Amino acid sequence: MDLALAQGGIELKQFFRTRESLVFTLLFPIMLMVIFGSIFQDIVLNPGQTPEVTLSQYFVTGMIASGLLATAFQNLAITIPIERDRGVLKRYMGTPMPKWVYFAGKVVSVAALAVLATVLLLIVATTFYGISLPSTGQKWWTFVWVTILSLISFTLLGIAFSTVARTGRSAPAVVTPVALVLQFISGVFFEYSKLPTWMQQLAAIFPLKWTTQGLRSVFLPDSFAANEVAASWELGKTALVLSAWCVIGLVLCLVFFRWTTKRDG
Amino acid sequence: MKLLTACLRILAQVTESAISVTGLRKSYGGMKAVDRLDLTVQRGEVFALLGPNGAGKTTTVEILEGFRKRDEGKVQVLGVDPERGDAEWRQRIGIVLQGTGEFDELTVAEVVTHFARFYRNAADPTEVVERVGLTEKAGSRTHTLSGGQKRRLDVALGIVNKPELLFLDEPTTGFDPAARREFWEVIRQLASAGTTILLTTHYLEEAEELADRVGVINHGKLLEVSTPALLGGRNTATATVSWRDGSEETDRPTEVVQRLAAEFHGEVPDLTVTRPTLEDVYLKMIGDA
Repeated sequence: MDLALAQGGIELKQFFRTRESLVFTLLFPIMLMVIFGSIFQDIVLNPGQTPEVTLSQYFVTGMIASGLLATAFQNLAITIPIERDRGVLKRYMGTPMPKWVYFAGKVVSVAALAVLATVLLLIVATTFYGISLPSTGQKWWTFVWVTILSLISFTLLGIAFSTVARTGRSAPAVVTPVALVLQFISGVFFEYSKLPTWMQQLAAIFPLKWTTQGLRSVFLPDSFAANEVAASWELGKTALVLSAWCVIGLVLCLVFFRWTTKRDG
Repeated sequence: MKLLTACLRILAQVTESAISVTGLRKSYGGMKAVDRLDLTVQRGEVFALLGPNGAGKTTTVEILEGFRKRDEGKVQVLGVDPERGDAEWRQRIGIVLQGTGEFDELTVAEVVTHFARFYRNAADPTEVVERVGLTEKAGSRTHTLSGGQKRRLDVALGIVNKPELLFLDEPTTGFDPAARREFWEVIRQLASAGTTILLTTHYLEEAEELADRVGVINHGKLLEVSTPALLGGRNTATATVSWRDGSEETDRPTEVVQRLAAEFHGEVPDLTVTRPTLEDVYLKMIGDA
């Protein structure tokens, strides 16, 4: 266990010393928040009702989800192929370090980064764009479990997806479009209920849609549930789908993860 | 009784060879990378596997390190089949891979300290860094190191567990001559401390400088195993005596020189007596194969 924490510490050190990852993974969602917040803070979704809900309040859920996806899925799916290419993984394999420690280290660092990214985002959102935080304990609890389940599935899928890029150099090119498309169809950048039906159905297969929907139930008033496709927050289904993706992610990791590059034989 | 079994175990450890390989084969597709290779490395020995690029050195070593599976043959490394090598076994070996694994944004001291955590009997990281001559660079990020310094960091990670057996896969490729000599000094110190070392190299000079025994490998076959001085029958090969007016190949160069001395009544003009250099022997060997 100490070893896993030490491994996580090493991962975090490397992360914070790499300027690119710091800017693109940690600060990108905040930059998006600034952009979306500035554009949409005057657009009210429910004129005449109280409390008034701005479009910014809607999109903060997308930005949080985007941050979770960036710190877990994109981060791992890009850095692991680079480490594999550089021979870092092979070198760990040559030591008595139990293999799970490597993954535990990733999980520890992803969890720390995700919490940090979310907290920073919420500070910016509440300070500058008048976003209101969850109002009840019940909603905070939903916030916590949706975040945890999403993080676990994104982390596992990121580790599994690290096998797709054959070289470290190609990793960003392989991962970024996938993440981007997923965000467009899952209600990160657009109001999900206004997307074409086929797009909604496609998105419903993947976990990100359920993350944003779960977060909307936390950050929007309950009256907004009626605007959802199913006219409800579908929290039970959200828990189910996200858990299923945790299992699928774990299986994909166990089946496809590679410690060495192809040329290593 | 307990004492006896303990003694027997120690005796077995002392007498068994560090590495024993018989009939090792490995092909990639149709290409035979290693072809019926036999090899024994004794404890405390420095053994160099010498051969040109693509001879099968790295494949062989990586099979011994447990990174690759073999097609055929018996392999024992410290009494364990590397394909079944567990964490206990990895506690006892040290590996310096052919490529450097980079930890760009970490410092030398951080990397060594981190790897020391994986081992029960780890050496003091500061001491290890000093031993490979990187003390001045201990606080530097690893991406700022020169090629030679990176290689020393690799060795530091290879020896941080005070291994019984150390693998060095082409440790000095791309070094300038001065860096190579300094590196050799590090290896010599490890060897004199009793570490068994299996080294691969395509530099003859390196094998000659460091190894107790040399195995010449080409096209996956071990062509000869010998001490550097005896390789290829080098000590008994015919010598060439040459002087101003001619040259003569002979098994008994001393007699020829005496005869010449008598003919010239003393000093023989431009006299040289040469035997084939290790390089001559080696080039002939890999050329024939």
